[in-house]
Amino acid sequence: MSQSYNRGLIEDFSRWREFEAGMWAWIFHKFTGWVLIGYLFTHIAVLSTAIPAAGAEQAVLAAEADIYTQTIVTLEELLLVRVLEVGLLAVAVFHMLNGTRLLLVDLGIGLESQDKSFYASLILTGAITVASVPTFIAGAF
Amino acid sequence: MSTQIPKQTEKAEETEAETEAETPSKGDERRAEKRRRADEKRRQRQAEEAEKAAADEHTIELRVFRYDPDVEGKQEPRFDTFHVPFEKGMTVLDALMYARDTYDSSLTFRHSCRQAICGSDAMFVNGGQKLACKTQISELDEPVRIEPLPHAEVTKDLVVDMEHFYDQMEAVEPYFQTNDVPDGELEEQRQSRENREKVKMSTRCIWCGACMSSCNIAAGDNEYLGPAAINKAYRFAMDEREGEDVKQKRLEIIEQEHGVWRCQTQFSCTEVCPKDIPLTEHIQELKREAVKNNLKFW
Repeated sequence: MSQSYNRGLIEDFSRWREFEAGMWAWIFHKFTGWVLIGYLFTHIAVLSTAIPAAGAEQAVLAAEADIYTQTIVTLEELLLVRVLEVGLLAVAVFHMLNGTRLLLVDLGIGLESQDKSFYASLILTGAITVASVPTFIAGAF
Repeated sequence: MSTQIPKQTEKAEETEAETEAETPSKGDERRAEKRRRADEKRRQRQAEEAEKAAADEHTIELRVFRYDPDVEGKQEPRFDTFHVPFEKGMTVLDALMYARDTYDSSLTFRHSCRQAICGSDAMFVNGGQKLACKTQISELDEPVRIEPLPHAEVTKDLVVDMEHFYDQMEAVEPYFQTNDVPDGELEEQRQSRENREKVKMSTRCIWCGACMSSCNIAAGDNEYLGPAAINKAYRFAMDEREGEDVKQKRLEIIEQEHGVWRCQTQFSCTEVCPKDIPLTEHIQELKREAVKNNLKFW
């Protein structure tokens, strides 16, 4: 056989131009999954401050001056954290809804409308995120 | 419009002149003259056609991927532009054939039946795997960008090496096998109508390789059987005439590490399949079959 040519980057880039719904769903699912894993670590780090806080004296706890309460309060004071919380909710909601969609796909239910269910989960994610904004952002500004 | 590289032609003419000098026979001279005149004629015709095509309002601009390992100066891949006059009902393959016959006879692509059954001309058209003979030019945005199938090695221009794809297809033993043959010598192995309906879509595969090329997983994992091969396995695993033991063997092939479980339901294969085979559905069903086969309740 004659020499052949491996297009490498050319073909990899051109692949990115036309994605269908199923592909976007897969990419978003991967992305949100990794974001949630990352969040899990920070979540554990923050909650772990409750361990030293549990050993604190009653007076300290009553005055809300223990390390756990302090950490939570400091974090919630940051505008960035408030905004990121909205993002976290969006990511979690999409992951849940698309997870349900994948469950249906695995069960072989409604494979012909898999693109519609992806758009539905996107819209629902958007709606829930927008609805959550007042709760998360209240008093931040 | 010819994509012949000037350097090459010059060189060819030089060697021609050299051989002439070595053997100055009359016949050679005559032949050289004939060739020269034919060249001139062809060049003139190409120039005329190109002019006509450019002047014509209904022309299609094709951008075609070119690569030829055997010709120095064409080893660096590039895109060539062809202007093809549009005709009603023109397919991508028609346009390519026009470009090849009129402008550059070295433009290489596979095609045979031109009616979407031989599966030779799957290409990457405007960013999607399409069967060139089944894709209407009128449905595409201009310029029409035509590339060889992604994730396969390019042999020349739009021709890719399909060997790996065929290997994967053969790995699932894509032929009817059975251990329970009917007793009578002339007795038929009948399939029920329901069973035929079940495998109907999966029998339509034309081995064009579009699904394999579109699959992200197959691109990253060379051992993955790929949608077409799994669809083939589905076609026979679901055929009731094959019997339990053969089905068992088939399930063992498809539930290997690089079998059905690699599929991540991106639906790319289902989207690109020119024969509208619900590939993902078939893969998912085989996954469930594999689970049912391995689950034991006691």
